Amino acid sequence: MSKRVLLIIPSAIVARGVEHIFNDLGEFEVCGILTDLSSSREAQLRNLDPDVVVVDPSIFDHASRGNARAALSEHTSAAVLAIVGSLWDEESLKQYDGVLSLYDAPTTIIRKVRTALEDRSETPRSEGEELSAREKEILVCVAKGMLNKEIADLYNLSIYTVITHRKNITRKTGIKTVAGLTVYALLNNLIDINTIE
Amino acid sequence: MATTTERHLLSPSMKMADLMNQRFCLLGVLTRMGIPFGFGDETVEEVCRKQGIDPETFLLISAVYAIDGYMPTKEKLEKADLRDVLKYLRLSHAYYMDVALQELEMALENLIAPCGEKHKRIIWKFFADYKDELSKHFEYEEKTVFPHAEAVLRQGIDRNFTIGEYEENHSNVEEKLEDLKNLVMKYLPPVCGQQDTYKALFYIFSLEEDLEKHTVVEDEILVPIVNRLENHE
Repeated sequence: MSKRVLLIIPSAIVARGVEHIFNDLGEFEVCGILTDLSSSREAQLRNLDPDVVVVDPSIFDHASRGNARAALSEHTSAAVLAIVGSLWDEESLKQYDGVLSLYDAPTTIIRKVRTALEDRSETPRSEGEELSAREKEILVCVAKGMLNKEIADLYNLSIYTVITHRKNITRKTGIKTVAGLTVYALLNNLIDINTIE
Repeated sequence: MATTTERHLLSPSMKMADLMNQRFCLLGVLTRMGIPFGFGDETVEEVCRKQGIDPETFLLISAVYAIDGYMPTKEKLEKADLRDVLKYLRLSHAYYMDVALQELEMALENLIAPCGEKHKRIIWKFFADYKDELSKHFEYEEKTVFPHAEAVLRQGIDRNFTIGEYEENHSNVEEKLEDLKNLVMKYLPPVCGQQDTYKALFYIFSLEEDLEKHTVVEDEILVPIVNRLENHE
């Protein structure tokens, strides 16, 4: 079954072009095109329930750009890729699961979307209560006092993925604060007390 | 308009003993209003007046504790006596620091006594940090917020500070306590005794619930009253 892609792109020319590339290759199917993300469009986004969202970050105003990925994740669990045509603030692109350029070859675009989907399926959304190996690694970093950005750099993850892991750690353990997570890690022998004192 | 529960449960003409019998969590409100026991068959109004406390304010704070999700109406807030609210908040702080946390600390000490030195140290440090955080939180309120409220009440003005700043920065002190609860309940090593764990958890749950209501008194009673006084300048 082909993966469903939703485009959120204000330019009809760009949207049609991207749609063409996806539909041509059969692996993906464009299930909808939105020109912006007003509240009625958000409902459409939820109803369409896509596997992949390709969004032009310019639909977000400057102030909300940094939280764009988090805002989208309130409505969809899809992998989200940004599509940009010119120079763009690198830091704000890190929140996405991938970045497409208007100048990417069709095969490059498909490869990037595939990678984003694979990474995404690694992000634990399981209902299991045991911490995964990756969650334990991240818990140890948190207990040692590392910042999200440092953890992201260490494991080559997006900050958004680190935040998702941290949310899952808190959901599974019931522990919210860094100090509390440190105690948890020590009680479970994930770290040694000497490494944090 | 008062809700039905509020009208039935909390009226100045009912006997104080009946009120306490209905909701024993109000015993805490009573003692932290500085009302002594031994009130016989006197009504809420009589008992309060004797102690120089406004009965409506006593009932307003009681409503927060007795009715889940209670939000005071504008009329109730206008009738409330800010001095009594502040008296209650100050005595509550003293109760948390000198009684509730002490009890919890002793229970925790017994609980982790069988643990190894390493685990003892970790849990102890966590608790000490929490106590410290709570104490700083209270200190800020007592040194900055409450004196401001009194100044506004006295002179109708205090330009050094506004209650809005407090409202914005009113931090959440419950998170660490919730963590402690989960750590004790879910993750302590099996050497810890069943009764000791129960006792520690009992104190944590009680304190947690009490602090939640305390925050409601601050955010939904203290803040709007001071806000109104500030704007009447």
